[in-house]
Amino acid sequence: MHTPLNRAETMSQPSFSTIWTKSFLFATLVVLLLAVLSLFTGVYDLRADFDMFWITRVPRTVALMLTGAAMAMSGLVMQLITQNRLVEPTTTGTLEWAGLGLLTVYLLVPAPTLVMRMTGAIVFSFVGTMVFFWFLRSVKLRSSLIVPIIGLMLGAVISAVSTFLGLFFRMSQTLEGWFVGSFASVQVGRYEYLWLILIATVLIFLLANRLTLAGLGEDVATSLGVNYNQLMMMATGLIALSVGVVATVIGNLPFLGLIVPNLVSMFRGDDLRSNLPWVCVMGMGAILVCDLISRTIIAPFELPVSLILGTVGAFVFIGILLKQRKRGGVR
Amino acid sequence: MIQLEQVKKSYADHVHIGPIDLDIPKAGFTSLIGPNGAGKSTTLMMIGRLLHLDEGQIQVAGMDVSSTKSKDLAKIITILRQENHFVTRLTVRQLAGFGRFPYSKGRLTKEDEAIISKYIDFLDLTHLEHRYLDELSGGQRQRAYVAMVLCQETEYVLLDEPLNNLDIARSVQMMEYLRHVADEFGRTIVTVLHDINFAAKYSDRICAMKDGQIAAFGTVDEIMNGDILSNIFETKLEVIQGPYGPIAVY
Repeated sequence: MHTPLNRAETMSQPSFSTIWTKSFLFATLVVLLLAVLSLFTGVYDLRADFDMFWITRVPRTVALMLTGAAMAMSGLVMQLITQNRLVEPTTTGTLEWAGLGLLTVYLLVPAPTLVMRMTGAIVFSFVGTMVFFWFLRSVKLRSSLIVPIIGLMLGAVISAVSTFLGLFFRMSQTLEGWFVGSFASVQVGRYEYLWLILIATVLIFLLANRLTLAGLGEDVATSLGVNYNQLMMMATGLIALSVGVVATVIGNLPFLGLIVPNLVSMFRGDDLRSNLPWVCVMGMGAILVCDLISRTIIAPFELPVSLILGTVGAFVFIGILLKQRKRGGVR
Repeated sequence: MIQLEQVKKSYADHVHIGPIDLDIPKAGFTSLIGPNGAGKSTTLMMIGRLLHLDEGQIQVAGMDVSSTKSKDLAKIITILRQENHFVTRLTVRQLAGFGRFPYSKGRLTKEDEAIISKYIDFLDLTHLEHRYLDELSGGQRQRAYVAMVLCQETEYVLLDEPLNNLDIARSVQMMEYLRHVADEFGRTIVTVLHDINFAAKYSDRICAMKDGQIAAFGTVDEIMNGDILSNIFETKLEVIQGPYGPIAVY
């Protein structure tokens, strides 16, 4: 038997000191080192003109880190509210909707500003994600494998619409550039909107406990007094904001939202509030590594980072499937 | 007290529930029994505001479940449904801690931690409290969810088939815990049960439903009657006196 005094020390929730554990500090340090490495990787000789450091290198590294955090976070939030570990912005069609939004803006406005394009992407990703969630709730799918399949199909339909529109209005070049997400063009003046992701991060952190409850199901969340529909709307809004901004500034980045949250969940469980810092840091680390590979593998040229992400992501995706099947988690 | 007044609910074309009039008194243990499709779970879900009613009204402790704010109801009534197919990776203690959500909104105080410890100890989960839910057996996981529901410290506790997927030993154990919750913590427990004999042994009152209506409601001795049960289940049932009380045999 435990005495009450003993028991009071086993806290259910992480306090400040339990988030900043040694392992988290270590992970943060590694990511910072990667960031420094990323800053000094590139073809341009910084000794010749150090201004380039501030014009392209810093923006690129900052953009990478913000984007990595955004995609990983969006994936995690989506996984909690759909109660499905295989869901993320590219397996639900969210990113394809963002692409359609971008294209629509190009079609409606001759020379759209970045803000216009971004608004289009955010609005369309919001609508698309809502469509997907609404569909899931009305069909009440039990199988966790069917959900991403339907999401991928929905995404394929939407991107087919985009391709058709692109061909029809002779804009397929804009579209192609978008489909391969790359950080090559990031420089001062072209990436600043990514800072909006910080706002989304703070809001998700504030909603963290409610989102974890959503992961326990609509019934449990409702029974504990959470307004489930309102929560879904807010979460979808935050996902759309993050994904829309990333889609506009960078492009399509597959699998990041899948790999990172699943790895974190394996080691640290699903309590969103204590995991969010981990998910952000790991997301940054993953994309920094992939970007470093994409920049060095065929130097002095550069591969789009989405190619590396897609390759690595596919393997991890299969790995998760196999692991879950062993545990009997996938039905 | 839980009061249902002229409650009606229709699903699709063929399932109609009600009109139901029912007063479940405060304190004690009430079991809902009846054949499949009688509307037991639906009724329980309507009381627990997980389903909207088409007509009528339900009051729990004088609060209308349709119009009272969900977060206020969360301090009065809680409902636990059958186990979810998605197993969240939370530890037992984290899960139980979320039972305090209506009070602390996730920022647990010392008192919250003491309450969580109390129910984890009560359900004999102390040695498992830092284990993840997906590493537990079905019975242990069910207990962890019950711990969460108890941490909510609501007057009314609704449980939909708490014995689902539990073997006999775990079922008896679960019913013993629930009986203690009613007796020692003075909570009002309402469960949906499939096994009449479990209902008879552990409940104070039994409410039998059939075809979306209340077929009979009374004390265990009143309802454990061969004629009444045969009529409800449309099967020949007899009630005999066993060593621990009335038993239905079929």
